[in-house]
Amino acid sequence: MSQELYNRPASELSQMLARGEVSAVELMKSVAERTRQVEPRVHAFNSMDEADALAQAAASDQRRARAKATGSAVPALEGIPIGIKDVISVAGQPLTASSRMLENFVSPYDATVTGKLKAAGAICWGRLNLDEFAMGSSTENSAFGVTSNPWDLTRVPGGSSGGSAAAVAAGEAIASLGSDTGGSIRQPAALCNIVGLKPSYGRVSRYGLIAFASSLDQIGPFARSVEDAATVLEAISGHDPKDSTSLKLEVPHYARGMAELVKSGRKWKLGIPKEYFGEGLDPEVEASVQAAIGEYKKLGCEIHEVSLPHTKYAVGAYYIIATAECSSNLARFDGVRYGHRSKDAKDALDLYFKSRAEGFGPEVKRRIILGTYVLSSGYYDAYYLRAQKVRTLIRRDFLEAYKQVDAIVTPTSPTPAFKKGEKAANPLAMYLNDIYTIGVNLAGLPGISIPCGFTSSGLPIGLQIIGQPFRETELLAVARAYEERNTWRMQFPKL
Amino acid sequence: MPKPEDFNLDHVANLARINLTEEEKARFASQLGDVLTYIAQLNEVNVEGVEPTAHAFPVVNVWAEDVPEAGLSVEDALRNAPEKRDNMFVVPKVVE
Amino acid sequence: MTYEAVIGLEVHVQLKTRSKMFTRAAAGYGHPENTLTDPVVLALPGTLPVMNKDALDKIIKAGLLLGCEIAPVCKWDRKNYFYPDSPKNYQISQYDQPICKGGSVEIELPGPARNIMGEHKSVALTRIHLEEDVGKLNHGDGASLVDFNRAGTPLMEIVSEPVIRSADEAFAYLTALKTVMIYGGISDCDMEKGQLRCDANISIRPVGQAALGTKVELKNLNSFSFVRDGIAHEIRRQTAVLESGGKIVQETRDYDGQTGTSQSLRSKEMAHDYRYFPDPDLMPVEVDQRWKDSIRATCPELPFDRQRRLQAEYGIPYTITSVLVPDRDLGDYFEEAARLSGKAQAAGNWITNDLLRELGAAKKSLSESKVKPVHVAGLVKLVEEGTILSNAAKEVFVDMFNTGDLPEAVVARRGLKAETNLEDLERWCAEAIAANPKSVADYKGGKESALNAFKGPVMRQAKGKADPKRVDETLRRLLAG
Ligand SMILES: [Mg+2]
Ligand SMILES: [Zn+2]
Repeated sequence: MSQELYNRPASELSQMLARGEVSAVELMKSVAERTRQVEPRVHAFNSMDEADALAQAAASDQRRARAKATGSAVPALEGIPIGIKDVISVAGQPLTASSRMLENFVSPYDATVTGKLKAAGAICWGRLNLDEFAMGSSTENSAFGVTSNPWDLTRVPGGSSGGSAAAVAAGEAIASLGSDTGGSIRQPAALCNIVGLKPSYGRVSRYGLIAFASSLDQIGPFARSVEDAATVLEAISGHDPKDSTSLKLEVPHYARGMAELVKSGRKWKLGIPKEYFGEGLDPEVEASVQAAIGEYKKLGCEIHEVSLPHTKYAVGAYYIIATAECSSNLARFDGVRYGHRSKDAKDALDLYFKSRAEGFGPEVKRRIILGTYVLSSGYYDAYYLRAQKVRTLIRRDFLEAYKQVDAIVTPTSPTPAFKKGEKAANPLAMYLNDIYTIGVNLAGLPGISIPCGFTSSGLPIGLQIIGQPFRETELLAVARAYEERNTWRMQFPKL
Repeated sequence: MPKPEDFNLDHVANLARINLTEEEKARFASQLGDVLTYIAQLNEVNVEGVEPTAHAFPVVNVWAEDVPEAGLSVEDALRNAPEKRDNMFVVPKVVE
Repeated sequence: MTYEAVIGLEVHVQLKTRSKMFTRAAAGYGHPENTLTDPVVLALPGTLPVMNKDALDKIIKAGLLLGCEIAPVCKWDRKNYFYPDSPKNYQISQYDQPICKGGSVEIELPGPARNIMGEHKSVALTRIHLEEDVGKLNHGDGASLVDFNRAGTPLMEIVSEPVIRSADEAFAYLTALKTVMIYGGISDCDMEKGQLRCDANISIRPVGQAALGTKVELKNLNSFSFVRDGIAHEIRRQTAVLESGGKIVQETRDYDGQTGTSQSLRSKEMAHDYRYFPDPDLMPVEVDQRWKDSIRATCPELPFDRQRRLQAEYGIPYTITSVLVPDRDLGDYFEEAARLSGKAQAAGNWITNDLLRELGAAKKSLSESKVKPVHVAGLVKLVEEGTILSNAAKEVFVDMFNTGDLPEAVVARRGLKAETNLEDLERWCAEAIAANPKSVADYKGGKESALNAFKGPVMRQAKGKADPKRVDETLRRLLAG
């Protein structure tokens, strides 16, 4: 299929770059040009610095030429434009978290993943929109405008990493980074027909990621193929001495390991959790997911029904833990050292009340208030401690299932992309949209969403595969085994 | 588990240091009331003898040696300051 | 009615580390404003804490020195409150699992006189935990200026049981605690630099009553004497309130050491609710036996143990040990000088009198002293052997202090060697006896003091360089002959 440069997967572009069929500058120009065209309708970016990106691309071409001359190896992402969610720090660039609070903030340091992307040769391209401070499932909670779903501009791209998903889907970036606290990578990937991977907790450094819920947050890639996701994951993974929760584990060669596993034709044992196929699941989504499970059967995989009995408590536990952590994590936004400062504070105390009232949007305020409440004197045991115990049970459910199966297959989101504004007034309904993705974060597991079809009205549907802790290679191989057998990912939105 | 009606929005907003408008208060009270009612179903879970999970993959003794590294210059430290004077961050007077 | 005070102290001690508690920005005092920061110190978005291993070593050392139980596992909690000097608006601290539990501090109460040892007591500790310091607010007119240099410095919070009974005991407790910290190399505890800070919880009750009275928290006790004076003042204030039929209000009071008065801090409009919860950014600390043993191997002898040993081992009095021991380096200096000279008492005298006097006058520290233990030992020997006389020795000492020359060199350079020409001495003595027949008669008549009449002329002849002991011997021999 003849495709514009901006719509090709990174693996293909890397080969073209290696063969000299295209330069990094040409590729970057193609992406930038595409972005100029569609961005007014998609609004995936909070900001971009085209001149800087082109300079990075030129530097990349020079590095490649030097490597060629000296016969040294070229890193995996050399010359590939990768968009970055505007909650991950890039030195010298704005870092807004899509919040008025950080409207004028410029970060003086690189996140660890940013440094790793640069080291892998990638071009850091633009700051991608999100729900303010990554709180939301639709990217409607951005202070700088809603991102549209490239497949239907009247609908949301999902969230909170909606900008990261939409940019890749719309050809405005070849891949991107998002963060996933309760599904914020997997759900928008599903809603935008791309691949989104949340690594095991501790696999990727959080240093430089604006914390929403520290014990749940994890950075991960959006990409056009499972292989691309593997390549980006490999580039950003690894222990970081600046993040005490990142684990000292060796980073496997994900793409290579995955390809080998797929080639071996391994027959996976897959678990289908019955609790994920009940009330609230859109029939078209269910049909597509069942069809995907059918494909696995055809591959000779064993399909087992498994039970994750505490699933129905995941959303409740999640909203206690995530809001409690966020209430504390976001206390630093007070208008003292940086960020929005109210102009009419009469004293320091008043400065807090007014700056935070003016700087935060409604969803952030709601979550801070909920989180403050569940930690407050007299309520800690009943809410926070209980939620952490329920978390233990949810985790046990998964580990129990993994005694029987290699991976768990579910829908990513109960519904396809919903209309803008549809759930804006009903936070609880919005929270329940994350029902299939949240357990993975509570248990610290890796999870991936891959395209698995479209609704009759042409909206993408995602398949979630949940892996065992730190077994991303296997997870990717399971995903790739299905991806190989369909062309969903080769369909592009008409923009 | 406490009852959703125990929730005192004014008190909590005070702790969180966020001013709320009357309109926000009304809206949040009802929205968070729904959420708290939903959350109350965690009461059904028997958590007796269950240890809380603070970290999905806990390890111990993650530290660094006491070797200083270069920090930020004063200029960089103050670059994003809303108000600064004499190389310090200015805040309105602190009233105890 | 007589009342007794019940006092508990909360002492914050900065640990002497090179970098901060949760990031590797340099720690230090007296640097220009906001030059000791990094993204973590300023709580920039996206930053994360990483523990300082040395701070853990030091608090474990403090715990071992004070006989605390070191928790096999401890964790970190966030204490949430908003204040402009707190960059994250939460402090990383330890709530329900402190690293050190129990333990005690041996204290010495003031004796009946300066040179007499006072009563020793043990003050029980509740706990010691580790946390991070905040920045510094400089209050100006209409605004405050914040310097974050201090923010993130490792801070130990040492909480005593409410077993202290007087302002003097509180003073003695702080003194003893400081000495132990300095001995352990844990902190310099310089209150002027904010390295040690103290809050006191004070209540009084009628003697014999078991129930505790209402407690008042006293803050801003920012020197050792302010701690003593502030507590004494608060006990008097509470006693006066009760005696006039009033009631003690539970409150926090601010003590002003300059005026010797205290003032109620307007109670916060909102009660504190710190919303403690385990910090998800940090992993727990596990302390095993091996780690404890390796720290124990670096623990010095405790100061009071040393004092007892010095008295027993060297037979030197309290007046000297009480000067030497509180300063670990001075104690080491003494032990070195005592070993080299073999004369502990004489070495101790030189150090506690002459050395400290000269250092004080020159405003120098011990480490800057040109007079080393080898100098002191050499001087002690010269005096002991009669090579120089005690008044000459004083002169030698001052010279050594200024030049750093060894005592033998000073004696030679300044010609201070005691007179040893026995022929001259013999002749001067004979001349003195011949010149004063009356005193010869008196002496022979049994009047011992008559001997002094010959000594003056002999010393005059010798220009002061004769050894009085030898003059005495020579005169007695000649008179007996
Ligand atoms: Mg603050
Ligand atoms: Zn403290």
